[in-house]
Amino acid sequence: MIELSGVTKRYPGGHEALSDVNLTIGQGELVFLTGHSGAGKSTLLKLVAAIERPTTGNIIVNSQNVGRLKRAALPFFRRNIGLIFQDHKLLYDRSVFDNVLLPLHIQGFTGHDAAKRVRAALDKVSLLKKEKVRPITLSGGEQQRLCIARAIVSRPALVLADEPTANLDEAYARDIMDMFRAFNEVGVTLIISTHDQSLITRYGGRTVHLAYGKLVQ
Amino acid sequence: MKAWLVHHLHSLRIALRRFQSAPLASLFTVLVIGVAVALPAGLYMLLDNLDRAAGGITPQAEITVFLKREADADRGQALARELQARADVASARFVSKQEGIDKLVAAGLSDITAGLPDNPLPHAVVVTPRDTSPAALQALGEHLAQSEGAERVLMDTEWIKRLSALMDLGRDLVFMLSVLLGLALAAITANTIRLQIYAQRDEIEVARLIGATDRFVRRPFLYFGGIQGLAGGLTGGALVALGSRLLERSVEQVATAYGAEFVLSGIDLPTLLALLALSTALGWLGAYFSVGQALRQVEQG
Ligand SMILES: Nc1ncnc2c1ncn2[C@@H]1O[C@H](COP(=O)(O)OP(=O)(O)O)[C@@H](O)[C@H]1O
Ligand SMILES: [Mg+2]
Repeated sequence: MIELSGVTKRYPGGHEALSDVNLTIGQGELVFLTGHSGAGKSTLLKLVAAIERPTTGNIIVNSQNVGRLKRAALPFFRRNIGLIFQDHKLLYDRSVFDNVLLPLHIQGFTGHDAAKRVRAALDKVSLLKKEKVRPITLSGGEQQRLCIARAIVSRPALVLADEPTANLDEAYARDIMDMFRAFNEVGVTLIISTHDQSLITRYGGRTVHLAYGKLVQ
Repeated sequence: MKAWLVHHLHSLRIALRRFQSAPLASLFTVLVIGVAVALPAGLYMLLDNLDRAAGGITPQAEITVFLKREADADRGQALARELQARADVASARFVSKQEGIDKLVAAGLSDITAGLPDNPLPHAVVVTPRDTSPAALQALGEHLAQSEGAERVLMDTEWIKRLSALMDLGRDLVFMLSVLLGLALAAITANTIRLQIYAQRDEIEVARLIGATDRFVRRPFLYFGGIQGLAGGLTGGALVALGSRLLERSVEQVATAYGAEFVLSGIDLPTLLALLALSTALGWLGAYFSVGQALRQVEQG
């Protein structure tokens, strides 16, 4: 499903965030992406989501060469991916409900069906009771769950989560990991970046380790 | 089809909400656009009226052909008949030297005429042209000067030429002003949209990240620009209407003073509609460019 071959990413300014990364991730896998801060985890996820383009190398996602996607094709590519950002990227000027509605709205779903799907997603992350409030009034864990609801509402086959349990206490982190496991069990491919080693030892699964932009076997 | 409609309605709602969220700023922008629209529109209206006023006067333009001293009344009458037959002549009337003197006497100049030993006036033919455009008058004048027995052609038409030149200048001015202020209108819109985009950049970024097309992002801004342009156009139309109401009385007074009847007419409906369509389109265009630029910037990080 995802194949990186010889991927190097150099940011403007010359910093090489990823160096010659080769990686294959199959359909339905649950992969933890680990590494120190600055190792290149976020960069790798951004490359897969076509938010950044590789300097060299190829990234194939669903048999599409991500680095070569035309600007006009990007929106349609991204609709197949559920993105959970490190910095949330919630919209604080609208309700919890409207935040989750946005991806559906973008894809042209409106009205009753859309509302039903939004509520189903909010229900999965136990935020149904808070649909009318503004995200700013939510706790850190709730905001993270809201991000998850927004990422899964359009039922993507691939979910990329960038440090979804950072800044959360144990119980919250476990909640969220249980959710991800449940998605994985219904066939969703997940890549979760984290630097929380205890989480990985508890949940197992495949681990991909990055150090200074290089894959460590 | 239904989803498409829902989308557009949604974009419209967003656009209207943005007006609501900054009513005073929106009002000022609309007013500025209104003034930008009112200037060329008002000038256009004035020119239109001037054209009409001039049109009411020009048929009275007369060309007097003075005959050579040796030409007699018969020659003059023949010439008048000849000219009368021409397509570009409305009427041609023979005025004998005696009639000429009588006119002077009637005008209260008998003191002068009494002192003259002999009637110094030549016979004349007074021609009223059908077409009063400067080119047609020129052509007719040349023909008259060459007709048999003609000594001198007196054309009281310089002012028509001047007026016509002035009107042409006015039209050029309206055109230039329209182009300039149209550009200003688009620029004003682009600027307000730019500020809005700045306020909405989080939303634009998030929307792009989760799969929004350029069109989706652009649509509410386009509505906003179009509505702002339309409101500005309406304001401009209202300003012109107000201006013409204020001028109406003084124009009437001037007309009465000249013994004429003249009613100032405002902008007609087709012109107004064209004005509104144009200001809407320019607002839309300003928004389009502004958002396009912002989208490219968001993409670059
Ligand atoms: N937009 C950027 N411009 C320049 N350098 C960047 C940018 N994003 C990340 N980097 C650099 O790339 C390296 C990897 O960053 P990142 O992928 O965010 O690491 P991680 O997510 O593992 O902490 C870091 O050294 C970071 O400073
Ligand atoms: Mg990171």
